[in-house]
Amino acid sequence: MAATEKQLEQAKRTVRLIIERQKDANSEPYEEEFVVPYRAGMNVIAALMEIQRNPVNARGDATAPVTWESNCLEEVCGACTMVINGKPRQSCSALIDQLDQPIRIKPMRTFPVMRDLVVDRSRMFAALKKVKAWIPIDGTYDLGPGPRMAEAERQWAYELSKCFTCGACVEACPNVNEKQSFMGPFVISQARLFNTHPTGAMHKADRFEALMDEGGIHECGNAQNCVQVCPKGIPLTTSIAAMNRDINWFSLTRWLNR
Amino acid sequence: MATAAVMSGNAANRGFLFRRLHTLSGVIPVGMFLLEHLFTNATATVGPGAYNNAVNAIQHIPFLHVVEFIFIFLPLIYHGVYGLYSAYTSGYNALQYTWARNQLFIWQRITGVITFVFIIYHLWATRFSGQEPNFEFVHNLVSQPANFIFMLVGVIAATFHFSNGLWSFFVHWGITVGARAQRVSAIVLLTLFVLLAAMGVVSLVAFVQGW
Ligand code: SF4
Ligand code: FES
Repeated sequence: MAATEKQLEQAKRTVRLIIERQKDANSEPYEEEFVVPYRAGMNVIAALMEIQRNPVNARGDATAPVTWESNCLEEVCGACTMVINGKPRQSCSALIDQLDQPIRIKPMRTFPVMRDLVVDRSRMFAALKKVKAWIPIDGTYDLGPGPRMAEAERQWAYELSKCFTCGACVEACPNVNEKQSFMGPFVISQARLFNTHPTGAMHKADRFEALMDEGGIHECGNAQNCVQVCPKGIPLTTSIAAMNRDINWFSLTRWLNR
Repeated sequence: MATAAVMSGNAANRGFLFRRLHTLSGVIPVGMFLLEHLFTNATATVGPGAYNNAVNAIQHIPFLHVVEFIFIFLPLIYHGVYGLYSAYTSGYNALQYTWARNQLFIWQRITGVITFVFIIYHLWATRFSGQEPNFEFVHNLVSQPANFIFMLVGVIAATFHFSNGLWSFFVHWGITVGARAQRVSAIVLLTLFVLLAAMGVVSLVAFVQGW
C-alpha cells in the first residue's frame, strides 16, 4: 500500500524547466518553459528526454523537442555541459533533487551555439593542437622505451589529466570574450601536463612559445572562476601560475642566450 | 623577458611583452613611487617642518626632471594607458560568478580607472600648478571639501589598486604558485591595503588640520 501511495505522490510531482533555446546557429535565442513529470533520482538529461518524448511546452503548445548533446552519462566526456542555474556544469551529473526550481538552462554562449543547448567547442580542440597537447612517440623506427616518470610527479600530473575538455572553465572565464582571443584556462593546464611528462618535455619550448603567442597565458586576468567551476577539481590557477614562472624564465633566458 | 619577445622578432609575442611590461611597470617603478610618495606625505603628521624638509630633499635629487620623466611619467603613462585598454577588453561576470576573486578582479579595474582620473587631476592641481610645493600650499588645497573628498577617494583607490595588483603580480611572475600561497598573499596584501590607505588618510587629515 505504502508503495502505491508513494508512486501516486511521485506521479503528481513535476519538474519546471526554463530553457533558453535557439532554432539554429544564426537565429535569435528565446525562452521556453516546460513542466515534466518527476521521477526519483532523475538528472537534467532525463528531464530533457521527457521533453523529447512529449514535446509540449508549459502552455500546452506543441513545440520542437529541445536539442542537446550527451554521450557517456557519467561525467567523463564533457559533451553535455550547459549553464544550469547560472553555473556551467554537466547535465548528466546535475541531479534534479539538488537543483532549485524552476531550473534555468542555457547553452554555453562563449562557444558558437548550433541549436538549443548544442555548442561547437572546436576552439578548444584548436587550442590543444596549438600547444601540442600530446606526447609524440611516433617515429620511422622503434624509439625504444622513454624515460621514466617520478612517482611524486605522476601523482599530481594525474589530476591534470582528468580534464575532459568540457568547456566549463572557458565559459566562466571573463577574459574569454569577443574583445580578446584568450584560449582559456584548460589549455595552460594541459600544456603543463605534457611538459611534466619526461617524453612530452622534449617539446617544452614549442608549448611555451604557443602560450606566449596570441590568446596565450598573458591574457589571463586572475579572476580565478575556472578553478571554482571545474568539475574535476583541476588546480587550474596553480597550473597557470606555474606556467607563468616557466614561461617568464624561458623567455628571459632565451633572450639572454642569444 | 618581455623584451625577449620583441627581440626574437615574433610579432605574435607582442601581446605577451605588453602584458608583462604592464604588470612589471605597475610595481617597478610605479608602485615603488607610490610607496615613496605616501611616506613623504606621512611626514605631514610630524609637522609642517618635517614635510617641507622631505619635499626639499626630493627637490635636490640630481637630474630631477630626467629621473622624474624616466622613472615616473613614462612607466605611469604606459601602465595607465595599457591598463585602460586591458580594463576595456576584460569581461565582467561577477553578477553570475560572485566568488571573492572575481569581485576583486572587477575592483582592480574600477580602482584602476578611478586612480587614472585621480592622478591626472592630482598632477594638474599640484605638480603642474606652478605653485611651490610646501605644507601651506597643500593645506590650502585639501582644506576645500571637494578637493579633500577627491583626494580621499584617490588615496583609497590607489592603495587598493597597488595592493591587490601586487597579489596579481606575484601570480603573473610565478612567485605565488599554489592555492595556499595565493590565499596567504591575499590576506597579507589586503592588510597592506588597509595600512597604506589608513596612512594616506591620516596624512590627509594632518594636512587639513595644519599646524
Ligand atoms: S579544466 Fe576542468 S572545467 Fe576546464 S575543460 Fe577541463 S575539465 Fe572542464
Ligand atoms: S554525457 Fe558525458 S559528461 Fe555528461
